Amino acid sequence: MMRLPKFKYLAPKLVSEAVRMMADYGPDASFVAGGTDLYPNMKRRQQTPRTVISVTRLAGLHEISGDGQSGMIIGASVTLTDIHDNAIIKRDYPAVATAARLISTPLLRNMGTIGGNLLLDTRCNYYDQNYEWRRGINFCLKKDGDICWVAPSSSVCWAVQSSDLAPVMVALGAKVKLVSTLGERMVDASGLYNNDGIDYLRKRADELLTEIHLPPVGTMRAVYKKLRRRGSFDFPVLGVAAAIDFAADGSARHARLILGGVAPSPVEVKEAEELLEGCRLDEESMSAAAEAAYIKARPLDNTDFWMNWRKQMTRPFVLRALEELKRLS
Amino acid sequence: MNNGNDKKVIGKPFRKVDARAKCTGQTLFADDITLPRMLYAKLLRSPVPHALIRSIDTSEALKLDGVIAIITGKDLPIPYGILPVSQDEHTLSVDKVRFIGDPVAAVAALDEDIAFEAMNLIRVEYEPLTPVASIEDAIKIEEPRIHDYGDGGNIHKRVTLEFGDMEEGFSQADLVSEDIFFYEGNTHLPLEQHCALARFDADEKLTLWSSTQTPHYVHRALAKTLGLAASHIRVIATPNGGGFGGKSDPFNHEIAVAKLAIITGRPVKITLTREEVFYCHRGRHPVLMWIKTGVKRDGSITAMHFRSFLDGGAYGSYGVASTFYTGALQTVTYEVPRYKFEGLRAFTNKPPCGPKRGHGTPQPRFALEVHIDKIAEKLGLDPARMRREHLQPPFSVTANYLRVGTMGLGRCIDKVVEGADWNNKFRKLPSGRGVGIACSSYLSGAGLPIYWNNMPHSGVQLRLDRQGGVCVMCGSTDIGQGSDSILAYIVAEVLGIDPFDIRVLTADTDLTPVDLGSYSSRVTLMTGNAALQAAERARELLTMAVSEKLNAPIENISFADRRAFDVENPEVGVSFAEAVQLAEAKFGTIGTVGSYTPPRSPGKFKGAGVGPSPAYSYSAAVAEVAVDVETGIVVVEKVWVAHDIGQSINPALVMGQVEGSIYMGLGEALMEEMTYRANRNVVHKFPSLLEYKSPTTLEMCDVVTYLIEDPDPNGPFGAKEVGQGPLLPVPPAVVNAIYDAVGVRIDEVPATPEKVLAALRAKEKGKDARYGPKSIPHVEWPAPLKVLPPSEGGDGKEMPREAVHARD
Repeated sequence: MMRLPKFKYLAPKLVSEAVRMMADYGPDASFVAGGTDLYPNMKRRQQTPRTVISVTRLAGLHEISGDGQSGMIIGASVTLTDIHDNAIIKRDYPAVATAARLISTPLLRNMGTIGGNLLLDTRCNYYDQNYEWRRGINFCLKKDGDICWVAPSSSVCWAVQSSDLAPVMVALGAKVKLVSTLGERMVDASGLYNNDGIDYLRKRADELLTEIHLPPVGTMRAVYKKLRRRGSFDFPVLGVAAAIDFAADGSARHARLILGGVAPSPVEVKEAEELLEGCRLDEESMSAAAEAAYIKARPLDNTDFWMNWRKQMTRPFVLRALEELKRLS
Repeated sequence: MNNGNDKKVIGKPFRKVDARAKCTGQTLFADDITLPRMLYAKLLRSPVPHALIRSIDTSEALKLDGVIAIITGKDLPIPYGILPVSQDEHTLSVDKVRFIGDPVAAVAALDEDIAFEAMNLIRVEYEPLTPVASIEDAIKIEEPRIHDYGDGGNIHKRVTLEFGDMEEGFSQADLVSEDIFFYEGNTHLPLEQHCALARFDADEKLTLWSSTQTPHYVHRALAKTLGLAASHIRVIATPNGGGFGGKSDPFNHEIAVAKLAIITGRPVKITLTREEVFYCHRGRHPVLMWIKTGVKRDGSITAMHFRSFLDGGAYGSYGVASTFYTGALQTVTYEVPRYKFEGLRAFTNKPPCGPKRGHGTPQPRFALEVHIDKIAEKLGLDPARMRREHLQPPFSVTANYLRVGTMGLGRCIDKVVEGADWNNKFRKLPSGRGVGIACSSYLSGAGLPIYWNNMPHSGVQLRLDRQGGVCVMCGSTDIGQGSDSILAYIVAEVLGIDPFDIRVLTADTDLTPVDLGSYSSRVTLMTGNAALQAAERARELLTMAVSEKLNAPIENISFADRRAFDVENPEVGVSFAEAVQLAEAKFGTIGTVGSYTPPRSPGKFKGAGVGPSPAYSYSAAVAEVAVDVETGIVVVEKVWVAHDIGQSINPALVMGQVEGSIYMGLGEALMEEMTYRANRNVVHKFPSLLEYKSPTTLEMCDVVTYLIEDPDPNGPFGAKEVGQGPLLPVPPAVVNAIYDAVGVRIDEVPATPEKVLAALRAKEKGKDARYGPKSIPHVEWPAPLKVLPPSEGGDGKEMPREAVHARD
């Protein structure tokens, strides 16, 4: 069987302790929450931390507080099951509950956390393979090699952003709290991601994500649509998160349309947002927005399905997301 | 159901005899077994698809603390392979590697971590050779050859069989149709990864525990490759956590741990990783097919010509048999008076293909059933009725000399047509919804063994002890299908005892008589007949002793409810244990044997060995689908399936096999693909359970199962197979339903959303509303081996050459 390499496991009780440990152990250390992403990667030698610092016992990271009126604060170690089962999240932020419920399988949702999902390693069919397989292609840019097999002339890595919650958080305008020995800071979810499959986060390695802050709902409505092969288990090959702040007359005061699963980071389709803003969601504006998203989506051949089909799916999936939003307005 | 009311066990839904142990986790699978001082082995596998091995340096690895032994190809120079004609595998590659994953060295170490580390310290120098990545490549690239045997270049096998005058057959047709199809390769995906544990004791006896479906063949391969007397080797097949054909070959890891155990004098275990299971493969061959059929206006077939091109992967495995199977069973469902088959198997630098559930027949069945659907439409006939009206008659011999016994396909079609409300749905559902029908047939065991011999295919020993205990011993392997239970049910029925009183001891070459293995759906019929014979012989002995005791005529003695009694005075009798005591006092220790050899096939020509079976099962299925025209995503909502089982030994197990087959068939129809990146060193695209897409329970549709019972004279109590046949109609029924729903032909499985959408777009643009292969490669076929069909007075032998030339 595939076995984990040997590593040191630390289980601090306080955030201050955890970030100090990280500062002490440096780049050879990694935080872990549910472990559903990190441990399989370690078995395949994609990530090889010598020290693993668990955040599951940190005080205060398991709490959910607030509601749609005040905004909500969700601890980073709350499991995905607890997210989609939470009555207030389901009522006030249904897109968040939906996205969480669409992640993987019930067993993995019982272990996986919201923080872990937001920081999920980018994925690629040339990278998510074990050591022997990767040796067969002489490795790749993201780990142990010097070429991107998806785009051999590329100098950057095209591994895919595969979190279901990331596009939703960006669309909602959520913020995350990052803590290190140097202090703490709040960052917009949109500012958390970087369009590079290797350096895919703007979070420093020594920073610990502790909280997710959802803004008050007000007149904003949001939805999430996911494309994948099977109704469970699979990562998204396309995620569409759409959020619209509706004016009293039903027109869109403000729109966010975010695509997941098509690039190393969530992709904001500004062209579509501009088309939607200021008008009611009629067939014409929705089609135009879907077309803009189709143009913007440029998936590569490194996930399940043919890449041109994934690109084509942007149209119906954006359209279906907007139609659902219209029903909610 | 035709159980006969007198049966106490047969036809009743008893639980499996091993069900509780399995459900509570008590069953010991191979990886659950540990022995004192046991070592762990790992195989170093080739990272290149095709190369000569220049050198192997194990010195650094041997220095590592905890490494006990390392072996390479030179330690095991004798080749092996499942078929006598394809002895082309080595435990560890000797001078060249043939696919990414081909093993080159084996390490035994104190634990798996050390073995893994040692593996990465072995230095292998390769000299790369041009890889062969596809059927087309294999036909085009004559040098370098992957193997130095076969039918030229990288062609493993080429075959042409012809039954009757084809030209005349086609000239009688009102319509001649041609189609091209492709069936992508896929793999078995058993939940249990292969595992083997070997021990070599001080008395020079080797024992191998392995998750294998064919302990007898593993036994033979070990004797051959290790140079050890077969009498010194014991193979125990542990319960299999799923096999589906993927554990039917002797495997290199089995031989490697045996050799390492001999060298080190310590037990050695290996458990493969999931990735390595993909490299063992032996799964469904990708097959490109061309079919040409002549039909009369009423849908009756006048002649059929079928060509298949198989992508075999790097080794022979069962491939020669697979090749013949792609041309064998076309004739047993609908009457085909004249038939020609041309088949080719190519060697490519990929994991070897072999037998997967349906072995070589789901691919041509897919082609045939979609082809028939198209023909019915061209003729303006209902495809269900057209099939129904031209069935191969029961108790007949086909043009290619397969002897059909009972034939319940007509009743199967009637059942699913009625159950699915076919007449109100076909071509009548709203756009986006559709129904499709397909039929199939499968063997109840191959008529011939894998290596030539005239001994029985299955043997059973029965031991009765004086306390009433009954032990059934048989070489058969329970791979989850319930073969241990079948043995118990049959013996219990004959001896009038409870199946759960019986001890079943199977798949141990030291203790049990030979059974050829759990493949070709042979076990219920063959071991069932052997068990029936052994049990009847035991009952005979008991009857004589009891009749003497009761002073009743022999024909009056009956066995039921753990008693033997006089049927005229049922209260007069003895307990079963007393009956055994009486018999033991009279005859000595009571043990009987039974065995089974299939009837001889009427075909006497070269190639007639593949296809014959003591009995053929039949299935018909209707699938109902919903197609999303904007995405091409297909949801199979319901399948109605009827299966001609002859007689259920246990209807619950039969239904389980039917539903499992539908589930596996759905995976092949919709998503499973064993694919490689030809331009990236021919690596397997995604050897993992996550990325090799197979349906989960969420993708499983509702299934309505009908069992058609018409006991076959060759089956025990009339039973025929069920483990494989019901898979076959699923892929064609699904794509026929897609056509009914949205009017596009998907002539290739899996029918993925990409392909469906591409065909829909082509249709919108007024192009051919189809997705599938457009051409077949040009091949020089061998001169046909001609056999006159029985209906034209043929005798099953190849026609004399002069006569062949005279007819030409």
